[in-house]
Formats: sequence, structure tokens, C-alpha cells
Amino acid sequence: MYVIVAGGGKVGANSTRSLLEMGHEVTMIEQRAERFVRLEQEFGPIVVRGDATEINVLEVAGIARPPELLLSVTGDDEDNLVISQLGREKYGVPKVIARVNDPRNQPHFDLLDIPMTVCPTSSILGLVEHEIPEHGLVQLLELQREGLEIVEAQIESNSPAAGNRAGGLKLPEGARLISVFRHGRTELVEAGTVIRPGDQLLAVVADGSAQDLRRALLGASKS
Amino acid sequence: MGAGATSAGATLRAVKALVIGCGRTGAAVAKGLVGDGWDVTAVDESEDALIRLGSGWSGGFVLGHGLDSSVLTRAGVADTDAAVVATDGDNTNVVIGQVLQRRHGIPSVVVRVFDPARARFYSERGLQTVCPTQTAISELLDAVRTARLEPTEA
Repeated sequence: MYVIVAGGGKVGANSTRSLLEMGHEVTMIEQRAERFVRLEQEFGPIVVRGDATEINVLEVAGIARPPELLLSVTGDDEDNLVISQLGREKYGVPKVIARVNDPRNQPHFDLLDIPMTVCPTSSILGLVEHEIPEHGLVQLLELQREGLEIVEAQIESNSPAAGNRAGGLKLPEGARLISVFRHGRTELVEAGTVIRPGDQLLAVVADGSAQDLRRALLGASKS
Repeated sequence: MGAGATSAGATLRAVKALVIGCGRTGAAVAKGLVGDGWDVTAVDESEDALIRLGSGWSGGFVLGHGLDSSVLTRAGVADTDAAVVATDGDNTNVVIGQVLQRRHGIPSVVVRVFDPARARFYSERGLQTVCPTQTAISELLDAVRTARLEPTEA
């Protein structure tokens, strides 16, 4: 697979290293002179010096072939957006993954049709919620194209769902319980499955209905 | 709210404009629009912009980044008719321009882009761009081509 990595910071350099180890062909673009020298020492001639938002720099890196994958991972969100738009819309790159540095910019990536984004800050906060679940409901995965979220809920003794059969719960439209993890084992949820305190439930829920699902399973917000 | 010019008994609202990025160009554009009687709000990350707008500035001013939705809300994006985006970053400008156009539905958005190639790409995608570099290139070419050169003896 041919991959262009725009941005040679920690994310770009580590991704490049891994992609090369997997046997892929990579070209990396880095603008900062000092950083470029260090990258060139490690990676050799696959590093192109320049501003990856400039069309001629992208073309030197082979954007017109086009690559199967473009990683827009500079430290600047507007730059990542423009690189992603140029790759997708001007050169027809089939897969573009963009880094979102400031989670508040996520809506702009969504608006401009950059479907695959990675936001380290949001990921870390997701992990914090997973490890310290004071909200009771943790988003594990967002399936943007499908408009679905996979979430995990920790059932407590005072949760409204505790003691009820799954089939009898009033869940928001588009929500389904998938599995329950208890005593170290996972079971698929069926209509007759009784939800108990201590259960960890996996559920799929339509985008935007997670709060309703939380209320149905866990009651009013604890935070 | 808007100045009330009246016509046949109906009150007309002044055209409301946002100018995002208030450097030399943005500030001059903002002042020009106020001179035309428009209701203008300027947005800039630096309070120095107020110096450029001058003590006679009668429009609004919001301190902050043009991609920050709370800044746009305070600047009154909801009932804005036109926007000029002229921060010092081309990529910032095209992203703000698209957000204003697509999310906020502002009918007239004009964006400054220095790089001619990016200006062309985004104007082909329906964003109105102004490229000072391209203007300078054209004018310099015209000027030098029409210069009257005296024939010199070989």
C-alpha cells in the first residue's frame, strides 16, 4: 500500500515507522527545517520538505498517484482539514485519516466530510471515563456513517434496570442491549436475561440517544 | 439593532456583516462597509485590531478565534448576511469560510487566500475567494508588458 503521511511530528514519525515495518511504501512531508533533518537522518529520502497544504508539495510527495491512504497528522487542525480536502476531493485518495488536535474542532471535520478522525485528547478522556466511570455510561466506539454508538453501562444496585428482564425494559428507539459481562464471563442478552447489579452491559444506541439509554438503564445522571 | 432606513412605511434592516481577521486588509474592509451604512462586527484574536479600526469605530468587536463557535455566536453569526474572512492564515480562512457558508448558511462569504493554487481549488468548490497574489502577478505582468521600452542600439 502507498501511504502519504503529512506532518512529521511524534504521531507522523511513529506512524511512518510502523507502516514501514508492515512493509508499506511511505512518503512523509515535514515543513520545519530542524525536524526535517532529523527525520531524513532516520528515514532517508522518503521525507519531503515543505508545506503539505501546498499543492505542489503534495504532488512532489506523489499525491496524484494517488496513495491508498493519506494521514493528515500535523499539529494544526486547519492544515489537517485542508490537506484532507485536497487529498479526497482533488486527487480522489480513497482513505484519509485526520488528526484532530483540539476536540472543539471535531464538528468542523464532520461538517467538511472528513469521516475518519483521531483525537488524542478525546481518546484519553474516553479512557479516563472508562477507568473512572462516574457517568455510568461509557462510549466505546462511534460508528459515524451508521449513526450508531457502542456504549458500556455499569449496573448498580439502585439502577432502574437492576432486577428486570431485558425484554421488559423501555429502551429508546434504536437501542439494543448486546451482551452482559458478569463473574468474568460474557453472555449475549436475550429477552429473558435478568439484569443484575454489578453487570457490565454492552449496548448499541442511535447517535444522540445515549442519554436516554442512560436514564433507562441507570436512572438520573449522577454527575 | 439595524439602522432603520424606511421605504414605503417598512423598516429595512441594515445589511449585517462579519469581518473575521482584522489586520490591515480586514480593518480597512470593515471601515469601508461601515461607511456604506452596514452593520459590521469585527472579529480578531488580538485587541491590537481595535487600534487599526481606530477611535471612530462604531461597529461591533469580538475578541477570539473565528473557528470558535461561541465567538461566532457572540458576533451575531445567526442573522449575518455577509462575511469577509481575512486572517493571516490561508487554511484558517478557507475552513472558517466553509463553516460560515455550510453550517451558518451565510449567503455571501468572501475569503482571502494568498496561495493561487488553493484559491483556485476552493473557488471551484463554490467558495468565493480573493487572491491578492494572483492580482499582483497579473498587474505586474500587465505593467511590465505595457511599459514603453525605447529600442536600444545593438
